[in-house]
Amino acid sequence: MKAFTYERASDPAAAARSVASKPGAKFIAGGTNLLDLMKIEVETPTHLVDVQDLDLDKIEKTSDGGLRIGALVSNTALAADQRIRRDYAVLTRAIVAGASGQLRNKASTGGNLLQRTRCPYFYDTNMPCNKRKPGTGCAAIGGYSRQLAVIGVSDKCIATFPGDMPVALRVLDAVVETVKPDGQRRSIPIADFHRLWGDKPEQDTVLEPGELITHVTLPRPLGGQHFYEKVRDRASYAFALVSVAAVIQPDGTGRVAFGGMAPKPWRVAEAEALLPQGAAAVTARAFQGATPTKDNAFKLPLATRALASVIAQAKA
Amino acid sequence: MSDFIEPGVSRRGVLAGSVASVAIANAPSGANAQTPPRASEPPAMPVNLTVNGKKHALRVDTRTTLLDTLREHLRLTGTKKGCDHGQCGACTVLVNGQRINSCLSLAVMHEGDEVTTIEGLGTPEKLHPMQAAFVKHDGYQCGYCTPGQICSAVAVLDEIKAGQPSHVQADVSAKPAFTAAEMRERMSGNICRCGAYSNIADAMADVAGVKA
Repeated sequence: MKAFTYERASDPAAAARSVASKPGAKFIAGGTNLLDLMKIEVETPTHLVDVQDLDLDKIEKTSDGGLRIGALVSNTALAADQRIRRDYAVLTRAIVAGASGQLRNKASTGGNLLQRTRCPYFYDTNMPCNKRKPGTGCAAIGGYSRQLAVIGVSDKCIATFPGDMPVALRVLDAVVETVKPDGQRRSIPIADFHRLWGDKPEQDTVLEPGELITHVTLPRPLGGQHFYEKVRDRASYAFALVSVAAVIQPDGTGRVAFGGMAPKPWRVAEAEALLPQGAAAVTARAFQGATPTKDNAFKLPLATRALASVIAQAKA
Repeated sequence: MSDFIEPGVSRRGVLAGSVASVAIANAPSGANAQTPPRASEPPAMPVNLTVNGKKHALRVDTRTTLLDTLREHLRLTGTKKGCDHGQCGACTVLVNGQRINSCLSLAVMHEGDEVTTIEGLGTPEKLHPMQAAFVKHDGYQCGYCTPGQICSAVAVLDEIKAGQPSHVQADVSAKPAFTAAEMRERMSGNICRCGAYSNIADAMADVAGVKA
């Protein structure tokens, strides 16, 4: 691990200023993803601003009947909150489908949104990777791509966003609230938060340098039945090959987003409008124009089957 | 590599010899073989921890993980380093009552925290009930993952008691029960390469007072 200096911030805007003013500085909250990457020198921050003391660890009601989740609320605390379990069960289900108990105790709401890809070539510093080292090329294209994305990819990068929680947040139309180094605040709809790789795979999100996530806001509850169907190589503690977050209403309409398929949680309005017609209709539209490799083409029928399972459970 | 090795030459000797010759071949001519002196010492900071009820004032390189602090600075070697990447759970300890992977946390992030390691759960004379149950049910073979398994198992029973939801619940708004399925799911962050899982599950069920 490269040497770095360390400070604990006491105010969100000051934390943002500190990261913005020091080249190579990064925020650290739970650290479960960042420290893993620092050990193999995929991440090499020169300064860490620890945000754990900030007053961002509460879940509060909003005036329009939703909830405002502090960025430091742990995955464990968020999943266990009675309001989340009752009114936003898709979120609890997505969180408890991810990682392990130990990791969820440390992982934060803000950090989970910033989780970096698990592409094996991103992790292997002996291989070219445009995301890790811009301009070096992509070893995944033409390489071992079983876990990688089938849609939203570019000729620079075919990595997926690996997380579960943000797939549920996408279905719930959550909003990410931030503070910038100049103290200005902004609200970013979750749909716009993660980027498609395009020519800049090194940039995972639309956050600007030093911009700090402070809250994630959920609109008022949707009702309906909530599902998070995750298909993976083992029954627990593995990243999704394919996941489906869905809220299904009694009349068969609803919302659906997919994980493990793209650089971001994948939700297509025209596709979910086809829910009453069945899973195949939805996925045909959602993954129109997909460019799978021979290794990951299985994800397309798997997504249809995972959604079919959700629809069957909703009808049962 | 060929399986044929001259009599009297061990495979290990051949391998070591090849590594050495590669190292020589790669050294730039005229380069100084000595490690250059550091321009400056890497940043270090003070940190105060309470471990197993005992207060410690330490000064550590900022890069030092909680795991290495416990093992190398405090000589509490019960906590094990397995993968060092949060994938195996061998380093599991309790921090302020919650289980975490001590390998994925920096010591400097734990100013003022209370840490409980396997050494703090029980002693050879007075075992923690979970330690005694692991002995009774033969919940290990080589024992390397065991301290992490036991710390995790103790926390898992607390988490179920506190009503924390899990992936195997049919209804996540309900209170979870002390079932084998619940305990197995919640222990998935602790890998046992010897495969003592069924006995670990028996030990946990015994402490929880249920049938495995």
